Parts: sequence; structure tokens; C-alpha cells
Amino acid sequence: MGIKSLDELKSLRDKLKTDINIRASGEIDSNIRVVVGMATCGIAAGARPVFTAMVDEARMLELGNVTFVQSGCMGACHSEPTVEVRFPGLEPILYGNVTAEAGREIVRRHVRNGELVQNLIIGRPFETV
Amino acid sequence: MCKNALTEEKFRELDAYVASLPERKGALIAVLHKAQEIFGYLPEEVQLHVARLLDLPAANVYGVVSFYSFFAEEPRGDHVINVCMGTACFVRGAEIILKELEADLGIKAGQTTPDGLFSIDALRCVGACGLAPVVMVDGKVYGRVKPGEISSIIKEFMEV
Amino acid sequence: MSTYRMHLLVCGGTGCQASDSRQLADNLQAQVLMAGMGKEVQVVTTGCFGFCEKGPIVKVLPDNIFYVEVKPADAEEIVSEHVLKGRPVNRLLYVEPGMKERIAEHREMPFYKKQLRIALRNCGFIDPEDINEYISVDGYQALGKVLTEMTPDALLVLMKKSGLRGRGGGGFPTGLKWEAAARNKSDKKYIICNADEGDPGAFMDRSILEGDPHSVLEAMAIAGYATGADCGYIYIRAEYPLAIHRLVIAIGQARQAGLLGENILGTGFSFDIEIKYGAGAFVCGEETALIHSIEGERGEPTNKPPFPAESGLWEKPTCVNNVETFANVPPIILNGPEWFSSIGSEKSKGTKVFALAGKVNNVGLVEVPMGIKLREIIFDIGGGIKDGKKFKSVQTGGPSGGCIPAEHLDTPIDYENLTRIGSMMGSGGMIVLDEDDCMVNVAKFYLEFTCDESCGKCTPCRVGNKRLHEILTRITEGKGTMKDLDNLKELGGIIKDTALCGLGQTSPNPVLSTMKYFWDEYVAHVVDKRCPAGVCTALLSYYVLPDNCIGCTACRRVCPVSCISGEVKKVHEIDQTKCIKCGACQKACKFGAIVRK
Repeated sequence: MGIKSLDELKSLRDKLKTDINIRASGEIDSNIRVVVGMATCGIAAGARPVFTAMVDEARMLELGNVTFVQSGCMGACHSEPTVEVRFPGLEPILYGNVTAEAGREIVRRHVRNGELVQNLIIGRPFETV
Repeated sequence: MCKNALTEEKFRELDAYVASLPERKGALIAVLHKAQEIFGYLPEEVQLHVARLLDLPAANVYGVVSFYSFFAEEPRGDHVINVCMGTACFVRGAEIILKELEADLGIKAGQTTPDGLFSIDALRCVGACGLAPVVMVDGKVYGRVKPGEISSIIKEFMEV
Repeated sequence: MSTYRMHLLVCGGTGCQASDSRQLADNLQAQVLMAGMGKEVQVVTTGCFGFCEKGPIVKVLPDNIFYVEVKPADAEEIVSEHVLKGRPVNRLLYVEPGMKERIAEHREMPFYKKQLRIALRNCGFIDPEDINEYISVDGYQALGKVLTEMTPDALLVLMKKSGLRGRGGGGFPTGLKWEAAARNKSDKKYIICNADEGDPGAFMDRSILEGDPHSVLEAMAIAGYATGADCGYIYIRAEYPLAIHRLVIAIGQARQAGLLGENILGTGFSFDIEIKYGAGAFVCGEETALIHSIEGERGEPTNKPPFPAESGLWEKPTCVNNVETFANVPPIILNGPEWFSSIGSEKSKGTKVFALAGKVNNVGLVEVPMGIKLREIIFDIGGGIKDGKKFKSVQTGGPSGGCIPAEHLDTPIDYENLTRIGSMMGSGGMIVLDEDDCMVNVAKFYLEFTCDESCGKCTPCRVGNKRLHEILTRITEGKGTMKDLDNLKELGGIIKDTALCGLGQTSPNPVLSTMKYFWDEYVAHVVDKRCPAGVCTALLSYYVLPDNCIGCTACRRVCPVSCISGEVKKVHEIDQTKCIKCGACQKACKFGAIVRK
């Protein structure tokens, strides 16, 4: 399935951009993206069970419009494991010190109901190019 | 049967790996990684075997084995306890944790208990500085370890 | 599907709580309920937003309005004006010192602009195990661009213009390094990615490889095109299993997609990458040592020249760059060299990733523009010192760096400035030390590391560092003399001047910098036989203050070696010959009757 030219690469990118929820706010996309920080530090702090618990909870609730992504380090070592919830077009919300149970709560309340979970949100003080 | 035995089978596995290499030039470190994976450690016998396989002087092989801290010439315990001694852990009291562990098991860092159950290693930074001080047992990470918690961590692995 | 249309986020970090943020959250909740909006507006308490000096902070979503220094009494106005009528409360918006305008959106605030992610741009956003996610965020576009639109010479010009310098510590201009390798004619050339991150306390390279491995692969291919190499190696520590796992997946996917291998994107350019494993030797971060290690030898450095660009791996022209350096390359090509050189300070362009750790509240991986002040990193981004203790020093550059005291907190960070004040950029470890850290002991810690890791090839490093360590040990045991201090200084200088490689040439830095800035502490150890921070156990002792002791026996019960004697309701006493100085008694005493001297 090799990509044969730059044009092909560009059109693949454009297709993927619409497929995958992108970061620029204001873009309309029906998918909610839940990112779990799973670098060594996150995993050491317990990110794996959090990830599986959240996927499991979404399955039990039959939520179809959410994608779970394992990603790298978000830099908030002081509050690992970290989970970011991105609604299309809205400011991403970053949760810290998430346990498996808290992960389920985030799915139940935030992802399903759009309600933020008390006492777990942390600041996300950086800009990306 | 001891798990560290140097069986014929293991040597054959190593031979097969070397035979599968596209090129032997510069392969010494990769072969030693594989050998340690197979045998668990790199005793003299294994080092000599590697030297013959790669047609290198044994001194060369020993020179490389002794240079890199990842290669062990002694068998390791069933459970390897790594105490992170990176700077972040150091300033948050890793030294005290290590001392306590050494006292508890009656061995020093780098050694293995006589029953072959535990080895202690002091390692440089696992990169979980947010959890400092960190102790890692067989890949399982214990963060923000306080003095006094070590013995309960060890106990977890004694019962298994 | 969302039942709430608005969220009020109240910062519940330690700083904000101290200024009544809990009461504020309660008031907001009460006002919301009173307005009958309990089902539409949610009040949420959050963790630290990292802008503590302006706390308590309230953020309103989805409007993204940011209020500072909000008092509990302001709750009514926020709800009646902003929540009900949609009019932001102007007087609570942030004003940048020296500016007139109030800033509503937190993105616009300089504080939040302090962290700019270039190298870490995709970490924590994309799935590193899925090449499609990388492609969706413009992955491999930079490679496509250089292959189809640029000559290698034009690419070299672009890299030089960007001002990118090596992020592994040395700070050598990347464009010049590439150019040197490009100039040397040869039938074979190599690109090496140095991922042998051995500095204890630095983990940015690992984070990049774990979070965004493709950006490194793409940049290596770009470097291959610039220099005329078709083969790349990533030299990575065997201690990083997850990074290796993700790299293996990434290389496989890139090959399958035709973005590595023969005839990339139909341009005729070929480049492939292989992983080589390190085996735990700090010195292998030095490029000549690293090359010997890839060749399967002991990782001992050799003299430069010849530089790797002339004669490197298998005696062919070789270009060695660090992970973070590579991660900066694709955005530079896509956004242009002018964009990159507009960020940072005069001589150091772009950003640097630091692993902020130690006695700081928000331990984390931060990426900041060059030229930022240490104070901003430690106190604004890092949230200040843990447990309200006093800042003493910050250590940068790992075992090759030095300890920077409070007087230099306002120095803008770049390669030159850090070297000037006796430390160095290094790979980006940044360890904060507080009043409880003994600087002599910290210097000893680093020397112990260097002694362990010295390859032994040259005498100054092998023997000299050992002597430095012995002298430091003597001092921390209270056996040092003033003559020892002179010797430390002289020997340190000699090692710097005569060692073969970067490891030896910088190893005395932790000693020399602490002697320069914390001379008093050395003198206290040597002359007064006292450790001011109370760390060096040989130099301290615990005593009972008879006037404060009420004879409660708490100390006697916790002492692990039973060296405290005394009856109930009588003054207790510590047997100095048995005491191991663990400090447990001092912690147990509720009456301040036990002191450390």
C-alpha cells in the first residue's frame, strides 16, 4: 500500500483529517476524542487500567461517537495518569491523577452527559505549533 | 532444575540467532543482548562461546561485557528490585530507601540474596520523576515510596 | 446531548485555596441554584492552573473567559452578569503589568504563552502507534516538500538560516553539522540519531520517541537527503523498552507506507533506518563513543579531529544528532526558517524541552522558548517550591552542569548564558533544590555518577574524578581541611583542561559551581564541622531541650535503635553513641523539644 507521490500523501492527509478529529477548535466533527497519556511515566502511574476501564465503560454505555487514543507524554508528570477529553470545537479538558474508577466517571458524566468531573481537572498551560 | 542452567538447547538457540544475522561485522553487542536474554546472564562459558561464534578474541568479548552495565556476569535473582538513583529521586530520599532495602535483604546493590530470590540494582533514572522516589520490581513501578514501605513491597513478591 | 451549556471552572490548587477559592466555589454554586440554572450551569473545582499569584482563578467554558483574583463576593456578579446576561465581568479580567487592555482569553495571556511545544507538538495528542494519525497532522509533508521542491544545498541553507542548534547539550549548529557531512565525498554515509539519554533526571528524548516516533524518522530521512546518506541508525538505551517498541512499530509502518526504503514518494531517494541498542554506558552519549558502540566495541571516545563528519561509523562520513534536535526539523521546514528564528533569544533559536523535577510543585516536562528566565520556569510553570520551603539552587545540565543560585534566577536561559554562569544547557535536566539540600552532598552525588561512568581511557577523568570524590566524601564526613578545598579547585581545573572527551571536561562542573556559589557551606563543613542543611549524617546530632520536654515518651517509642532513655513525665535523653540520626524522634515530638545541631 505504499504512497507513491507527494500528491498522494497530501490527499491521504486531507482524508485522514476529516476522519480523525483534529485539534483546531471550531472544526466540526461528530467524534469525541479521549486521549490517555501513555508514555512510560503515565503507564508507571497506572494509565493502562484507566484506559481499559474507560473503553469498557463506553462499551457498556454503548457510546458510539467516542474514540479512545493512547498517546505520549502531556508533560504533567505531577498528575499522572492524565486523560484529555476533546469535544469537537470546544476547549480540550485535561484531567489528572485519574484512577480506573475516575476514568469510568469521566466517560459516564463528561463524555456521555457533557458534565465536568469535580476536582480532577488540571491546567493545560501550553501552546502547540 | 535451575533456571540458570547452561543447557545445550540454549546454546543452539544462540547459534541459530547468529546464523540468521545478515552481517557479523559490528554484531557483538546485539549478540550479547540476545545471549543475556537466553541465558539470563553472561558467564565465562557463554562469553567464550560468543567469541568463537563471531571469531573474535575472548578478551574483546570480555572487554565489552565488562564495559556496559546492562550485561551481568552473575546470575540475577528471581525478582530484580531496581531503586532509581536519578537526581530527582536522589533529592527526594532514594538513598534512604536503598539503604533500608539493603538492610532488609542483607545484601548490597548489585548483589543477589543467597536463596536466589532477590537482586538489588541501583539504576539511573527510569524517567518517572513525578513519582520520585521510585522503586521498580520486575518492571512494576512503585512511586513516592516512603521509608518503611519497602518491607511490604518485598513481602508482595515473597508470597508469589 | 450535553445537558450543561456552561461550565464555571474554579481553581482548587493550593495557592488558590489559600485565597478562599473553596468559599468562592460554594458561592458560585449557590448563585447558580438561586438563578434556577442548576441544570444548565455546572460549577467545577479543578487542580492548579499554574497562575497562582493571581488566584483564585475562574475559567468560564465554552466562552473561554478567564477571571483572576476573584473574591467569594464576586460570585453574584459573575452569575448575574456573565451567566445570565452573557456579559463578561470586565473588572475581573487579567491585565498584563504595564499594559492597559484587559485580556479575556487565557490563550492570549503571556503566562500561558510561556510554554510553546514544537519538539513535543504531537506528544499527548496523536496515537504514536498509528502512522495515519501522524500523517493527519502534516506528518511526512516536510520530507515530501524537500524531496520534490528543494535541492540538498537549498535545504542546508534553510537549516543554517533557522539557527537550530544541537539539543543534546553541545549546541553546535545543526545546519553546519549537516553541511560538513554533505561536503565529504564518499560512497556511503550515515545518519545517526542519538537516543542514549543517560543524564539522570532527563527524559525528554524518551518522551518524544514514545509520543511521536515518526517525527524523528521523518527528520532522519530529511538529514539523509541533505547529506547524501541512505542509511540511518537510532542508538537507543536498552532501558527504554516502550520507546523501542513504538519505534519498531513506527519503522515498520513507515516502510509499508513507502515513506522509508527504496524510491520514497517516487522521487528516487532511498533511505532506511535500523535500531541499535545501547547497553548502559553514559559516555556513549558522546558521539565518537556512540559510534564505537554501534560498531560493537567498547564505547570509548576518541580524539576529534577527525570529526565524524569526515570519518565516523566504519570510517565513513557520519552525522550524529540528538532526538530532540531531529524532532524540531519537520516544523522548521513546513513553517520556514524565519518562523523558527523568530522564537528564542539572539544566539539560541527556538525552544528547549526541560525535565523539571526535584523540590518543585509541578514536576513535569516543559517546552519553553529560549531566553525565558529560570524564575519563570520554576515559579510560574513549576508552581514554586514544594511545601513552601525556600529555594536554594537549580541544577541544570546533569553531571556535566552546575548548580545555579538564586542570584541568577533572572538570567535568560540560552547556551551561552548557562555556560557563563558555570553550568550548561546539557540535555535539559532541571532539578530544583531547596533549603534542605546540602550542596556538598549534591556535588558528591554527581561525582559518584561520573566515577561510575568514566570509561577509564584517559587519566584525568579516570583518576582525577576519583580523587575529587574522595575529597568530597572526606568533607561530608567532617574530616576535610581548608587545604582540601584548594585541592578541589585546582584538580577540578586540571581535569577540565586535560580530559579527552566531553564527559571528563565537564565532570568537575558540579563541584566548581557549588564552590563558587555556596562557598559558605563548604567552609561550614570543613571549619565548623557542621552541615547547614542537616543532610550529612556524620555532622549532625539530635538533642533534647530539657525545658521543652514534658516526658511524654513519644520519641522513645519511635526510636528504631532504642537510644532514647527517660521515664514518663521526666526529661528524656538521647544516647549519642547509639543514635543513627534518622530524625524519627524529632518528627514524633509534638513539643519541639528535639533539635538538630
